[in-house]
Amino acid sequence: MAHPASAAAPGRKTVIHPLVVRITHWINAIAIIIMILSGWRIYDASPIFNFDFPPAITLGGWLAGALQWHFAAMWLLVLNGLFYICYGFISGHFKMSFLPLTLRSIWHEFRNLLRGQISHELGVYNAIQRAAYIGVICMGVVLVLSGLSIWKPVQFQELTALMGGYDSARVVHFVAMALVVFFIVVHLTLVVLVPKTFWPMISGRAAGGQEKAK
Amino acid sequence: MKMPTKPNRDLVRPSADIIKIERRLFLKQSLSLGALTLLSGCDITDADSVKKVLWGMSRWNDRVQAFLFNPNKLAPTYPESAITKPFPFNAYYSQAEVPHVDGASYKLKLGGSIKHRTPWTLEQLYALPQTSQITRHVCVEGWSAIGKWGGVTFKTFLERVGADLSAKYVGFVCADDYYTSIDMPTALHPQTLLAFKYADEILPAKYGFPMKLRIPTKLGFKNPKHIMAIFVTNTYPGGYWEDQGYNWFSGL
Repeated sequence: MAHPASAAAPGRKTVIHPLVVRITHWINAIAIIIMILSGWRIYDASPIFNFDFPPAITLGGWLAGALQWHFAAMWLLVLNGLFYICYGFISGHFKMSFLPLTLRSIWHEFRNLLRGQISHELGVYNAIQRAAYIGVICMGVVLVLSGLSIWKPVQFQELTALMGGYDSARVVHFVAMALVVFFIVVHLTLVVLVPKTFWPMISGRAAGGQEKAK
Repeated sequence: MKMPTKPNRDLVRPSADIIKIERRLFLKQSLSLGALTLLSGCDITDADSVKKVLWGMSRWNDRVQAFLFNPNKLAPTYPESAITKPFPFNAYYSQAEVPHVDGASYKLKLGGSIKHRTPWTLEQLYALPQTSQITRHVCVEGWSAIGKWGGVTFKTFLERVGADLSAKYVGFVCADDYYTSIDMPTALHPQTLLAFKYADEILPAKYGFPMKLRIPTKLGFKNPKHIMAIFVTNTYPGGYWEDQGYNWFSGL
């Protein structure tokens, strides 16, 4: 099935990011940044690894403040995320943007990447992008589930047990956060390398056609 | 950079604005707190409104947690072998500052919506039906430790003294100037214990002698130590950490 963008005549601007995707993307961006920065402050109160985050790059000022931010922004993250995921399935957005995806196509794209060739067509995700977006959505789900099992290890004790217990749930929560941070770093680096991808995330529109970035 | 005449203009214009605002306020006989804080600067207003939203969300989370709280759901219990040794000392002060309460002269005071308010001696409290539990203490900081506590089920005690079980809150006043309060459903939870013992021994001072309220369904700071008085009320009593911004319900 052809993507609307690839069918468009060159030079004509078409919608490559639906309005719902743009709105939920930016709400998510705000929510996830609050969650990460306040989460670092909470982590610092009792680090699970042999390091802590410099307080200057955290949010909340102290533990109570960080917890207030974390447990306020979680509603934004979860409600927005639920809405996005429901929309993704019901509208066919996930199917259209992320599928088909095979290990073979990821490997093919990876080999291209090593050769310095990135197939880049505005509005169409390559195999690595598809895998990355699916991966980061899954990490969001893991973050929420591990977060719930840390927050409610009695009421949701079955979930906590699924995470391998309370202490293990903290590690799962941390690792999922680290993977999301890794995604964000790569994501932002690519936006800096290919700046014309930025504006369509606000306006939704971009000129059709394929191009290869070296 | 400023022109010499500009400060004069700056001095004149805001005062004119203020006069206008004052006239409007006078005429309308209404006073908007928002307009007044706007005059004192945007930064303060922003910080205050952010703070208001965050505290408001914390109150909302109290309600959500009260809704999520299942009075019949038990906290997981553990075998003796799982007990954390040594069990960590934790308070808002150092271990050297732990209060030493005299057990012989001690009397637990009762107040608020309680029928029989006669103070209780330790001997009388120890004579109540005793039970024990091995549960996980979860600190708001993120660490956790498993310990064994023994004492009387708090519900049994509240019934014995004729507490109004339909009241909203149970408050605690402690010998270390700590204070906190919990919701009645949690107070009546079968695992909420008025604990006199740790690891089958009378509570040492560092763990809260003469008694601590052990609540395995709440964060550690909701488990007051060195309890001197207990009261039942419908007026929100707050708490030492809660009043500073920690979430009040803090259920697990």
